Amino acid sequence: MSKTRSAGAEPPAAPAPQAAAPTAQAETSSTTTAPQAADAVRVPLDPAADWDNPLRDDRDRRLPRIAGPSGLVIFGVTGDLSRKKLMPAVYDLANRGLLPPGFSLVGFARRDWEDQDFAQVVHDAVKEHARTAFREEVWQQLAEGMRFIPGDFDDDKAFEQLGKAVDELNASRGTGGNFAFYLSVPPKFFPKVVQQLKKHGLADPPEGSWRRAVIEKPFGHDLASARELNAIVHDVFEPDQVFRIDHYLGKETVQNILALRFANQMYEPIWNRSYVDHVQITMAEDIGIGGRAGYYDGIGAARDVIQNHLLQLMALTAMEEPIAFDAEALLTEKLKVLKSVRLPEDLGAHTVRGQYAEAWQGGEKVIGYLQEDGIDPRSKTDTYAAIKLEIDNRRWAGVPFYLRAGKRLGRRVTEIAVVFQRAPHSPFDSTATEELGQNAIVIRVQPDEGMTVRFGSKVPGTSMEIRDVTMDFAYGESFTESSPEAYERLILDVLLGDANLFPRHQEVEESWKILDPIEEHWTAHGRPAQYASGSWGPEEADEMLARDGRSWRRP
Amino acid sequence: MKIDLTDTTASKINKALVQGRRAIGTPAVGMVLTMVIVTDEENAYDSIKAAEEASHEHPSRTLVVIKRHARTLRERTHSRLDAEVRVGSEAGTGETVILRTFGEVSDHADSVVLPLLLPDAPVVVWWPVDAPDNPAKDPLGALAQRRITDLYAVEHPLEALETRVRSYAPGDTDLAWTRLTPWRSMLAAALDQARVKVTSAVVESEAENPSAELLARWLEARLRVPVQRAVTAGPVVTAVRLGTANGEIVIDRPEGPLATLSLPGQPPRTLALKVRATSELIAEELRRLDADEMYAVALRGEGTKENV
Repeated sequence: MSKTRSAGAEPPAAPAPQAAAPTAQAETSSTTTAPQAADAVRVPLDPAADWDNPLRDDRDRRLPRIAGPSGLVIFGVTGDLSRKKLMPAVYDLANRGLLPPGFSLVGFARRDWEDQDFAQVVHDAVKEHARTAFREEVWQQLAEGMRFIPGDFDDDKAFEQLGKAVDELNASRGTGGNFAFYLSVPPKFFPKVVQQLKKHGLADPPEGSWRRAVIEKPFGHDLASARELNAIVHDVFEPDQVFRIDHYLGKETVQNILALRFANQMYEPIWNRSYVDHVQITMAEDIGIGGRAGYYDGIGAARDVIQNHLLQLMALTAMEEPIAFDAEALLTEKLKVLKSVRLPEDLGAHTVRGQYAEAWQGGEKVIGYLQEDGIDPRSKTDTYAAIKLEIDNRRWAGVPFYLRAGKRLGRRVTEIAVVFQRAPHSPFDSTATEELGQNAIVIRVQPDEGMTVRFGSKVPGTSMEIRDVTMDFAYGESFTESSPEAYERLILDVLLGDANLFPRHQEVEESWKILDPIEEHWTAHGRPAQYASGSWGPEEADEMLARDGRSWRRP
Repeated sequence: MKIDLTDTTASKINKALVQGRRAIGTPAVGMVLTMVIVTDEENAYDSIKAAEEASHEHPSRTLVVIKRHARTLRERTHSRLDAEVRVGSEAGTGETVILRTFGEVSDHADSVVLPLLLPDAPVVVWWPVDAPDNPAKDPLGALAQRRITDLYAVEHPLEALETRVRSYAPGDTDLAWTRLTPWRSMLAAALDQARVKVTSAVVESEAENPSAELLARWLEARLRVPVQRAVTAGPVVTAVRLGTANGEIVIDRPEGPLATLSLPGQPPRTLALKVRATSELIAEELRRLDADEMYAVALRGEGTKENV
């Protein structure tokens, strides 16, 4: 017994010294190099830098992601978006301790203001619109870094002054040459502004720093104009330093789509053509065009909303698993989906557009689109658009994606509904399942962010009767610190250089390739259907789904 | 809605919870964790309030265990459990059960709490005061993934800190550590900007401040330099000075919520460093429910093994 054991131990015994040697070596080296080894684990703030901050450690997950030294320059700072969203978001970030000490905010607009007038405007905007409570000490921290540059976009002097302000902030506030330029201006001014930035050397980052451009939709109004716009911006800024804001992607629920699909085991197996009947993506607004007639007429719901928000939501819902959660991998997968999109052959039968008409909406009498101020009574602009798309790949072949967006609909809601096929066989008789609909998973993007699962359940009682029930998940509430506004998240990501939640120019161009043929068809054929304000869209849209034997969900 | 139960048991409380949910029409609940608060009558109100505020971010079932001091012989021998079940608007976003134990059952509070835990959801125990010397070995503490103590609520914090060092188990955490997060993140951000090796460090605070001691230990462990402790008039932590070859990095908060950051070769800047409310501290604690390894490092220094 002992002999066989020792014999058995013999062969491994021979190579043992050899095997032991590297171990011993590894041990000694690990003791001597322990500090370096530990250093290697730490996450440097800037991947390009070789300096590791000993106070940061990825085990230390309490420390928030704070943006590095930087400043934000807002063009068109007097606009609505800037006052209602950007300034409050900057304050909320500061209040949550996520902005670097010395963060600076520079406003640029055609106003005869001094720095303190600008600070007053920001102060008022923050008091009125910020999500978190107003705190004097946070305000003081921010206010010290506020500068205002009065001037036109043509005005070389103003841009020289901007250059000086940037240099001054680098010296006095330690912004380190890192600046993001937020173009909160109509797209027709983009070329002028970026050219001026280039001319005055503001777009060229000094060694070891960055300069970024942030632009808002619309990213063009068709493929050609989108390409032109991209060319203009990319001429001045590197493509990966251009951040396109799609505020939908900053919402918690949208980010949660990826968590839901790829962090769980129970959804992905049925997330395909074998189980899914169709997908409905809805973005409904209850408001009309308000004062945006000048912008909206000639653009319409499809260009305004479907091209960016809804196609992005569709891409996130339909894409394959990215190899990593980073901008490059996400782009790859989203592009694959967008490139696989196939339009219906008969665009007339599978797309619908409408215009809201005068009606009573929610207890209020509202006027129709054609009666709005500044709208041509013969306008063919769509305030409602519904389209059917298919995705030609193994996962989704034959599963229609219905996208609809509109103004003056029943209520304000954005949701993604994945509707499943009926059970292939039912052991219950047809009277028992008469009231049973199709199973569905609904991701509510806004308002009331959350998720609903709909399935059948037995009604209590002696007879077998099965009816739809819903299971609901709503995480947290809007007033908690952990549910930031989309703009907060996106501005922070810009300052951190994290491009995960920003569509790239390739995606924008692919989206236009999907929409352009539809818009061309609409221009050439017919007029938008009229629908009563406060309803869920024109009858033609219901007919469009009825043709496929389906119906719209009432969101 | 509120249901009062006198001389009751865990199963009757469970029934009352279901009844309460039925009555307000929300039979399905999206609660993500069970929070057990072990406290005395005096601190119950504030703790419940803080937990309910935190429940807006983390919908939870809150079980409040209040051990009543028996004053008469009858109370001492006769053991009794009273419960107050709050569901709906009175209980933040989740449910609250206030358990008052009299007599012998006080020593077996875990037997009441165990049946009331949410199925398959994490459990957090929080002692606002009178935390046991060894939280992980406490019968209630043993039920939890995460055990929250508060060194601010003890008579001799630095002695208690040494007890925590000896009894540390993964999942332990302390609000004195939570209070430091804004300081630590600002220090890390300051080093991001300064990008130099730190050669010396000073933490200034009021005397016997446990947060200051934890901060000093954390800096020692991470920066690998001796950290000097200096006593000031307070309140709490007043300044941190990091010496470097280029000059000093200083975060100075003499009073109030406004601090000054000075970096070598740069003008000083103000930054907001407020003292946060308990509800915010609890909300931060509930964001992560796994072991806080950095707290262990701060307690015991780098390189100490977990699970000792």
